[in-house]
Amino acid sequence: MNEPVLEIKNLNVDYGLGDQAVHAVRDVNLTLHRGEVLGLAGESGSGKSTLAYGLTRLLAPPGVVSGGEVIYHPEQGEPYDVLGLTDRQLQAFRWAETAIVFQGAMNSLNPVHKISTQLTDVLAAHEPQMSSHSRNARAREMLKLVGISADRMDAYPHQLSGGMRQRVMIGMALILQPQVVIMDEPTTALDVVMQRQILGQLIELRERLGFSVIFITHDLSLLVEFSNRIAIMYGGRIVEEAQAATLYKDSLHPYSNGLLSSFPALRGPRRELAGIPGSPPDLKGMPSGCSFHPRCPKAFDPCADNIPVLGRPDTPDGATRTVACWLHPVQQTVG
Amino acid sequence: MRFLIQRILFYLFTAWAAITINFFIPRLIPGDPVKSLLARFQGQMSSDAIDSLYVLFGLDKNASLWSQYVDYWKQLFHGDLGLSFTAFPSPVSEVISDALPWTVALVGITTVISFLIGTGVGVVAGWRRGSWIDGLLPATTFLSSIPYFWLGLLAIYLLAGPDSFFPSSGGYGTDVVPYPDWPFISSAIQHSLLPALTILISSVSGWILSMRNMMVTVAAEDYITVAHAKGLSDRRVALSYAARNALLPNISGFALALGFIVGGTLLVEIVFSYPGLGFLLFRAVGAKDYPLMQGIFLVITISVLVANLIADIAYLMLDPRTRKEG
Repeated sequence: MNEPVLEIKNLNVDYGLGDQAVHAVRDVNLTLHRGEVLGLAGESGSGKSTLAYGLTRLLAPPGVVSGGEVIYHPEQGEPYDVLGLTDRQLQAFRWAETAIVFQGAMNSLNPVHKISTQLTDVLAAHEPQMSSHSRNARAREMLKLVGISADRMDAYPHQLSGGMRQRVMIGMALILQPQVVIMDEPTTALDVVMQRQILGQLIELRERLGFSVIFITHDLSLLVEFSNRIAIMYGGRIVEEAQAATLYKDSLHPYSNGLLSSFPALRGPRRELAGIPGSPPDLKGMPSGCSFHPRCPKAFDPCADNIPVLGRPDTPDGATRTVACWLHPVQQTVG
Repeated sequence: MRFLIQRILFYLFTAWAAITINFFIPRLIPGDPVKSLLARFQGQMSSDAIDSLYVLFGLDKNASLWSQYVDYWKQLFHGDLGLSFTAFPSPVSEVISDALPWTVALVGITTVISFLIGTGVGVVAGWRRGSWIDGLLPATTFLSSIPYFWLGLLAIYLLAGPDSFFPSSGGYGTDVVPYPDWPFISSAIQHSLLPALTILISSVSGWILSMRNMMVTVAAEDYITVAHAKGLSDRRVALSYAARNALLPNISGFALALGFIVGGTLLVEIVFSYPGLGFLLFRAVGAKDYPLMQGIFLVITISVLVANLIADIAYLMLDPRTRKEG
């Protein structure tokens, strides 16, 4: 559990170049361990999807990774920096090592090709020596794995429901047995019943196949339930990271508190529901100091002037968590 | 399949309506063809001959409109479109079938080439947005905005002439006979180069622009990002994912363009005095040759309908979303 599979070091992502650049992700340090589900939560525009696109180098222009490293640890062999791969190496790396399930379940499949074509073209690209018969067999196997009957192989995307399409995408993501699967709001477009079904299935598959997951969502309640660790993003930075249970029970950053109290718990004592006042910061004109301080109920002197660094807090369980807040002076910085 | 049958039935109905209108129009026009033919022969005709001309044109006064209509259909099914005035006594069907191959060969081949080049360039320009090939776009748009007849005249003025390789008019040289052998074919090709070039210049940018814009639209779709994330080669993503989807609207445009091959080339053929259908129509209008006009309109109508049907079928084959279950 403690062996890293993906280490993000000081990652910076900008949109645009030069003075006009908008810094969407700043100095993010994050480590994904083998077999772990790492949740990434935050409001819209907090940079969570940009982070995912940045670390897989899928950013569409004008997005650019302006600094940092993404160290990938393959199952065998030396770790390497994903950002330093050549185009050819990157092509081989994609999907085989890190697969992604995208936000739009409805639009992730090419409408003019059959499901089977879209499942097997990954195999054709990555394992060219595979016969077409065994490619088809593998595709059928993946469909079965995600609970879709093999006779849907010849279906076109528009003949499937939204839930089925997203399950096809999950099956597709697992077809090359990647070590890392990035889920970018995989269930946002689905109803809650389907959400739960698909996530349950995913967790079960993860236990069986042993891949690691980066789970991006704005729905913190889902993360509390399904992930091992949670990182909270605000204004392009990670502001807190802790074990899921710890974060839920005892979050340190006022922003995490705000997120947690903005949805109701199913069980447990009644709590006052409260949103976070104000709106997410404009990435073009970030507030000085801690970018959350204009909305923060607990802001005090240093917040407006100095940016708090992410580090281990002085709490008893400080060794297992990090936070970037002046309320919790940092003992040891990370990264 | 049911969808296809529905479409075919619809087109049959449209064809019937068009042919019926085609039957009535000359009969609604004041004066009649025989009178205008008489004018050509300066009245030097016996009354018997005039009567038989009326019968010949299907305009004999004794027959009711209904029986004329029935006869018109009977004749159509025999491929009989009546007699042309200007080429009297040649039947219209013969005059049209002499002109049709010229138009189909010149405009047909040019349209196909224009579509292929335009779509190909559009795919590259849209995929490599901002590259030099994308930068050529304003130039092609400028070319397509030049009025066609002016472009044609300019081409004749600049490139054709007594000593030039390019002839300025006609479909083949005066020194060859229209017989399918090499001297004739090479002469025909030589004569078609200049009109073909001008058609190409004025039409290709439309294809480039629409394909390029569709490529840009499709490139922003989620499934393109997914295809990249899958580690597919750039070529495969561009062709099998982006271009394959971007092509769909262009295909229907192409099929419609096929329909206009027959009728939509009036200017080209007039400017180059090309012996095709457009030029024939131009002369028929000038000479008030009603049967010939009627015949040409019929051919144009039918080819537009057939092109529409082809567009429907092509769409059915290329876009699975239009296919209905069962």
